[in-house]
Amino acid sequence: MPIDESVRQAILGAVPSLRAFAISLCGSVDRADDLVQETLVRALANIDSFQPGTNMAAWLFTILRNHFRSEYRKRRREVEDNDGHYAETLKSQPEQHGRVEFTEFRAALSKLPTDQREALILVGASGFSYEEAAHICGCAVGTIKSRVNRARTRLAELMAIDGAEDFGPDQATRAVLVGNDRN
Amino acid sequence: MSDQKPTGRQKPMEATTRSKKAPVKLSRDIQARLGQQLRAMYDDVVEQGVPERFTELLNRLDENGTKGKS
Repeated sequence: MPIDESVRQAILGAVPSLRAFAISLCGSVDRADDLVQETLVRALANIDSFQPGTNMAAWLFTILRNHFRSEYRKRRREVEDNDGHYAETLKSQPEQHGRVEFTEFRAALSKLPTDQREALILVGASGFSYEEAAHICGCAVGTIKSRVNRARTRLAELMAIDGAEDFGPDQATRAVLVGNDRN
Repeated sequence: MSDQKPTGRQKPMEATTRSKKAPVKLSRDIQARLGQQLRAMYDDVVEQGVPERFTELLNRLDENGTKGKS
């Protein structure tokens, strides 16, 4: 069964964003690209279950997200890949994870629980609505909203602890982050 | 599943011990900055476009007739 040209275009169009999502999820470019590859193979093997006219990107994100979740659980069982180990990986090979200027932010992001991290990325970076994000994650809209809120709060705390001076040029922000309320 | 496995390596609660007053509600300023960082990091990857391995993969799967049984 040849790949329909419109399907091909839609898939390729979603790849850059899929990669960005995957890298944000797993923290490593190499693993992320493998994740995207496995997602595309699965998607094409199940292309019949894609409903034409619906959002191809959302469909692919759902596959990638579910695949990552099951892989992640497996890995945890195998190597006790806890968040600490994860953060260490980030520190040791920054060049493998994208530009250095985002290393700090990535490290903070990697410390968030997975469900908060994915919700934040889907809504805050991928540009999905809360409804779409809820669909991708298979949960209620309210759940996504609260995960995003908790992710933001936690991220602000982490950035304050792990070097607010790198967070932005604005020192006033740092003051706010460490609890110097200026309102 | 969010079952907390006892790892025995749990870090102490840095966030609560080290920040005197954790921000309960984030200011718009902080939210905006977090959002900018997140999008900058994300867009940095998006702008890399489609690596060749993925166009090649689609070509390969196309030829093979998508009978992938992974």
